[in-house]
Amino acid sequence: MKFYDLLKEAFKSIISNKLRSGLTILGIVIGITAIIAMLSIGEGAKRQLAQSVENLGSNQLNVLPGFIQPGRGIVSAGRGTAQSLKMRDVDVIKKIEGVKAVSPEVSRRFQIVSSSGKNTNVLVIGVTPEYLLVRNSKVEKGYFFKENDLNRFAVLGPTVAEDLFGEEDPIGKTIRINKINFKVIGVLEAKGSVGFVNADEVVLVPLLVMQKILTGSEYLSLIAVQAESSELVDKVKDDITNALLKEHKVSSENQDFSVIAAQQFLNTFNSLINTMTIFLASIAAISLLVGGIGIMNMMLTSVTERIKEIGLRKAIGAKKKEILAQFLIESIVLTLIGGIIGIFLGSLLSIAVSKFANITSDVSLFSIILSITFSSLVGIIFGYLPAKRAAELNPIDALRYE
Amino acid sequence: MIKLENITKIYKSGEVETLALSGINLEIKEGEFVAIMGPSGSGKSTLMHIIGCLDKATSGRYFLAGQDISSFSDDQLADIRKNKIGFIFQAFNLLPRVRVIEQVELPLVYAGIKLEERREKAINALKISAFPDNFWYHYPNQLSGGMQQRVAIARSLVNDPLIILADEPTGNLDTKTGEIVLDTFQRLNFNFRKTIVLVTHEEYVGKHAERIVLMRDGQIIDDFKVKNRLIINHDHSD
Repeated sequence: MKFYDLLKEAFKSIISNKLRSGLTILGIVIGITAIIAMLSIGEGAKRQLAQSVENLGSNQLNVLPGFIQPGRGIVSAGRGTAQSLKMRDVDVIKKIEGVKAVSPEVSRRFQIVSSSGKNTNVLVIGVTPEYLLVRNSKVEKGYFFKENDLNRFAVLGPTVAEDLFGEEDPIGKTIRINKINFKVIGVLEAKGSVGFVNADEVVLVPLLVMQKILTGSEYLSLIAVQAESSELVDKVKDDITNALLKEHKVSSENQDFSVIAAQQFLNTFNSLINTMTIFLASIAAISLLVGGIGIMNMMLTSVTERIKEIGLRKAIGAKKKEILAQFLIESIVLTLIGGIIGIFLGSLLSIAVSKFANITSDVSLFSIILSITFSSLVGIIFGYLPAKRAAELNPIDALRYE
Repeated sequence: MIKLENITKIYKSGEVETLALSGINLEIKEGEFVAIMGPSGSGKSTLMHIIGCLDKATSGRYFLAGQDISSFSDDQLADIRKNKIGFIFQAFNLLPRVRVIEQVELPLVYAGIKLEERREKAINALKISAFPDNFWYHYPNQLSGGMQQRVAIARSLVNDPLIILADEPTGNLDTKTGEIVLDTFQRLNFNFRKTIVLVTHEEYVGKHAERIVLMRDGQIIDDFKVKNRLIINHDHSD
C-alpha cells in the first residue's frame, strides 16, 4: 500500500467524523499554542536583554560598591547603601592597561521643576565628559560639560526634555533640581533602554557639582569602565579587582566592591529566563500530554468501531504493518493538524502579548520545529497502542464482530 | 488447484478443546463450481477459512496451485489472499462512506497498483458482475442488498483471483435477488472459467453448483456431482 493511499485513508476517516476529530485535535492545539507562546515570550525576553547589553557595549564593566556575585545576589553590604568607591579609585583604574575610558557616576532621584512649572521625578547622574564615551551616548543639541566643570549645568535626556519643555527648545532654560537652579546646556540623543535604566529618562550634571551641591558626599554610586576590546574584558576585570583590593587594603574575603562585566549580566539573566521558559513550557507540555490521551481515547474508539472493516481489509490482503500504518498515520495526521493550528495560534498569541503587554516575543524556528516534532511524537506514542490493537486482530474474529 | 491432505483444526478455549475439522481430504480442480454444505456447526465455515488462508490448520497439508502453504507466515498468507483469493460474505462487508468504484479498487490499493490502472480494472470487474454503470459513484447505503452483493462480487474479481470463496452469499437476500447473485456465479464459472467455492446450508442454493461436498461434525460425509443442476440462464452454458 502506497503512502499516498494511507494518507488519503487517514484524511477520509478524520473528515468522516468531524466533531470527534475536531475536539480531539483541540486538545493538541491548546498544548502546542501554550508551548509556542511560552517559548516565544522567553525567546523575546532573551533578545531584548541581549539588545540592551549590546547598547551598553559588550566591552563594558561596572564597578559597584558592595559585594555582589551574579547569580547569588548580594552577599555583603547592600549595593545602594554601601559607600566604598571614591575618586581615588577612578585614578587607580585609569592606570590599568587595557582600560580605554572610565566614567565615575553618582546618581540619585530628585524632583525637577522647569521654569514653566512642570515637574517630574527623575534620576540625576553626576558625570564627567567620559560618560558619553563609556555609555555610548551622544549630544543631540547644545553641548556637554568640560572636565572638572563646576558650573550648575544640566544635560537632559530626550524624554525628560519633552516632559519638561514639550516642543520648546530647552537650551538656555533653567530647571530646578532639588530647589537649586541649573542651566540646561544640552539634550542627549534618544537611545532607549540601556541595561535596567532608561537612558532617555535621566538628567546629567557635572560630577563635582553633584557631589558638592546635590548629595554632599564624595562617594560614587558606580564606576563604568570601558575596555579597549571585548577580549580584554576578563583581564581588565581581574586587574581592576586586584588593584582596588590593594587600594582599599582589604583581602578578597572582605571585598567591598564588585566588578561586573555587562556580558556577565547577560549570562545570569539568560539562565534565569531559560529556567522560567523551561518551567512554563513544561506546564504547557502537560496539557499536550492530556491532548495525547485524548488522541489515544479517540483512536481506541475508532478501532473498535471499525473492527469489521479491519477484518475485511485483512481478508483482501492487508498485512499487519499496513493496518498498523493506517491507524498510526491517522493519529499522526490528527496531532500534526493540531500542531500546525497550535503554531499558528501560539504565534498570534505571542504577537498579541507583545502588542498589548509591551513584552518582546520572538517565534523562533526552533520552537516551530520543536512543536512539530513534539506533536508528531504525541501522535506516534498515543496512536501506537490503538494501531497495534487493530493490526493484531484475528481476521476471522474481526469479520464476525457485531 | 486446491488439495487438502488430512486437515485437522482444533480450537482451544482454556482447557476445553473443540475439534472443528478432523482429517479432511479434498481436491478442487481449476474451473470447478463447488458448494460446501452442511448444518451449522458442521465445520464448513472453518474449512472455508482454511481454504481462504484466513486461518491455519492445526495439522495436515494444504497445497494451493502446487504450493505447500501449510507453514506460511501471516504476511505470506496475506499475500496469497491479496493475489489469489477473492472473498464474498453473507453481510457483503462493504466499507461505509466509500464509493462503489473505490470499494472495488480496494484490493488493488493493497497490491500497490497505480490509480489509472486501478480504475480500469475496477470498471472491468463491475462490468463482469453486471453492476449498472449509473451507480458506480454511489455509496453502499444507497444500494439494495442485491446491488451491494454485486459490488462485493466485483471486488472479489478485481485482482483476477484463482478462487472465489463465497460464504452464504445469498443468506441476506430474498430469493429473486439471490438468484441474480447465483446467476452471476454461474456466468463467471461458465464464461470466465473461474473456480468458485460456495458455502451454504440451503440445498436450493447448493444445487446451482456442479458438485456438492457435504459435511457433518467436522468431516466430509459425502461428495457428489449435482444431478438436475439448477441453471438460471441457459444462454451461458452454450
